[in-house]
Amino acid sequence: MALTTYVEAIRQGIWEEMERDERVFILGEDVGIYGGAFKVTEGMLERFGEMRVIDTPISESAIVGAAIGAALMGMRPIAEMQFIDFISCAFDQITNFAAKNRYRWGAGVPIVIRGPSGGGVHGGPYHSQNPEMYFVHTPGLKVVAPATAYDAKGLIKAAIRDEDPVIYLEHKYLYRRIKEELPKDDYIVPIGRAAVRREGKDLAILTYGAMLYQALEAADVLAREAGLQTEVVDLRSLLPLDKDAILSAAKKTGKVLVVHEDTRTGGIAGEIAAIINEEVFEYLDGPVLRVTAPDTPVPYSPPLEEFFLPNKEKILKAARQLAAY
Amino acid sequence: MSAVLRRSRKSPAKDGPAARRDIPPGMRPPPLEPMRNPGLSRARLLDMHRFLRLNRVLEDQLSALYRQGKIVGGLYSSLGQESISVGTACALEPGDLLAPMIRNIGSLLVRGVPPLSLFLQFLARHAAPTAGKDGTLHFDDPGRSIIGPISVLGTLIPVMTGAALAARMRGESRVALTYIGDGGTSTGDFHEGLNLAAVLGLPLVLVVENNGYAYSTPVDRQFAVDSLAERGPAYGIASESVDGTDVLAVYAATQRAAARGRGGGGPTLLECRAFRRRGHAEHDDMWYVPRDIVAAWEQRDPIDRFESFLVEQGHATKGDLRSVEENLAAELDETARQALGSPYPPPEETLRGVYAGGD
Repeated sequence: MALTTYVEAIRQGIWEEMERDERVFILGEDVGIYGGAFKVTEGMLERFGEMRVIDTPISESAIVGAAIGAALMGMRPIAEMQFIDFISCAFDQITNFAAKNRYRWGAGVPIVIRGPSGGGVHGGPYHSQNPEMYFVHTPGLKVVAPATAYDAKGLIKAAIRDEDPVIYLEHKYLYRRIKEELPKDDYIVPIGRAAVRREGKDLAILTYGAMLYQALEAADVLAREAGLQTEVVDLRSLLPLDKDAILSAAKKTGKVLVVHEDTRTGGIAGEIAAIINEEVFEYLDGPVLRVTAPDTPVPYSPPLEEFFLPNKEKILKAARQLAAY
Repeated sequence: MSAVLRRSRKSPAKDGPAARRDIPPGMRPPPLEPMRNPGLSRARLLDMHRFLRLNRVLEDQLSALYRQGKIVGGLYSSLGQESISVGTACALEPGDLLAPMIRNIGSLLVRGVPPLSLFLQFLARHAAPTAGKDGTLHFDDPGRSIIGPISVLGTLIPVMTGAALAARMRGESRVALTYIGDGGTSTGDFHEGLNLAAVLGLPLVLVVENNGYAYSTPVDRQFAVDSLAERGPAYGIASESVDGTDVLAVYAATQRAAARGRGGGGPTLLECRAFRRRGHAEHDDMWYVPRDIVAAWEQRDPIDRFESFLVEQGHATKGDLRSVEENLAAELDETARQALGSPYPPPEETLRGVYAGGD
């Protein structure tokens, strides 16, 4: 059976939604004839025409603003950010217009804003960022970050069908490194639902995006060297968070480690630790620990970036510390 | 707000920018041209007059409520600019898309938004279009093809570009019109939105209300061109500058722009020159504005001008026009009373409606 890469899964998901619903269209920089900087929209111009695959000027705010206007008219736009780092240029349209519209006067803004996020490819400070928490802090938005090809496809389809604005973060490190066999039939992955990737009773690692694979490798080592059974939970959705999944992992293991590639202060780990504290404190056998990037921009040079990014070794160190409680 | 009031009392005009001698030439009223009927029937002319008057009477009443402490938050006057809201909105087809900015209550009235809804918005009541979650003109009305603004300036320009794009994708011949002030033309979204509309050839009509000041900042601190219409050629689009106190000139220019857009001629940048004769909002006594400039623009009051025109052309008598005003004032008195009797939202309304399905 053919294996589908993570990036191809995103492309398939968008393609199928454009076939299914003529209200769906895509706009962004170089999405047309070039097929997108990472080829997510390859072939779409030929198939769907320039009315539905729209090359725009380098104007992220106008790309999102126009998507909002079209969504208010009943369309289902997908706005591509060539790199998610540039989403900052559209911050106002996203946080002030798209996010607040339904609350203010009842009209939802069903748009998807998607683009490549994350480090590990030596992209430096402006091609490696993880901007999720700017948006997780904005009521009215949804934020998802798939780690598998299956989820990449299922979540983009769910995002397109969602009635509210969704920020869809594609980890560029995973684009062509991750592949799997996908179902032929139409499916979605519901937004707001985490997935348990490995069952375990001794400790739980909660993570998302590219860090899932570091966590799974660490869990293998913990099983081999110490016989520890580690539960690994892929959050998949950061807003809304799957509180039930978080709380059940905490209750089951009593020891929770949160891992994210995003920087430390104000990262989702802090929020998760607070939820666990408030709701299941009596189940805990140790503190909720974090493994995250340090509070710096993403550096460029390989040894610096390697130092910056969380990895299996850093996870193991924290996991051993937690296991000792 | 109190800091602003204190400063305004203490600042003598001779020390402040009000003493500036170099009034930018663009801030003086343009040469007075006689008003010309662009072919409107008497009924349409009188309709337009009624909307102008309704705009002013409604704002007078809101201002009175503000002074009584009943308005929640700020109140922004369009005194002397009513002609821009009314002239532009009257020139559109009913299906055309319109997005007002803060001084375009008149545009909403032309579109048929009931004055009661507007009172309720400013009074933050539960029955208001936003149920008390937002105020002022910040609401949409899909049935009237109205898209609502947010406080951030310029954002509506890309949004209305997208609305026009969606209409074109569906094969609908709908023009999208929105407004921006002189100050708002300095934002990034002004450039991004107008340029995107130009590149895609969309029927966007962007009305610039050049009213001399953005809060306390005069136009010569906002841009270095004489007329904002000069920016049209830079975007490769049509542009025009009209006397914004002449409701018929505004109407005719909007009609030209809308026809151009409908015919595939792309966006138009339409500068309407007028003056903000009150402060940025009601709390602001605009001590920083030279009084002689205000006086010069008071002589160009758009409603006085239009009423003189109507009388001179034999469309109405002074008595007719006065009774329009009196009737509107009586009607709105009653509407205001009704709005004041309407309850505030229950506190738990706070949690509703952030997401679809959230009540």
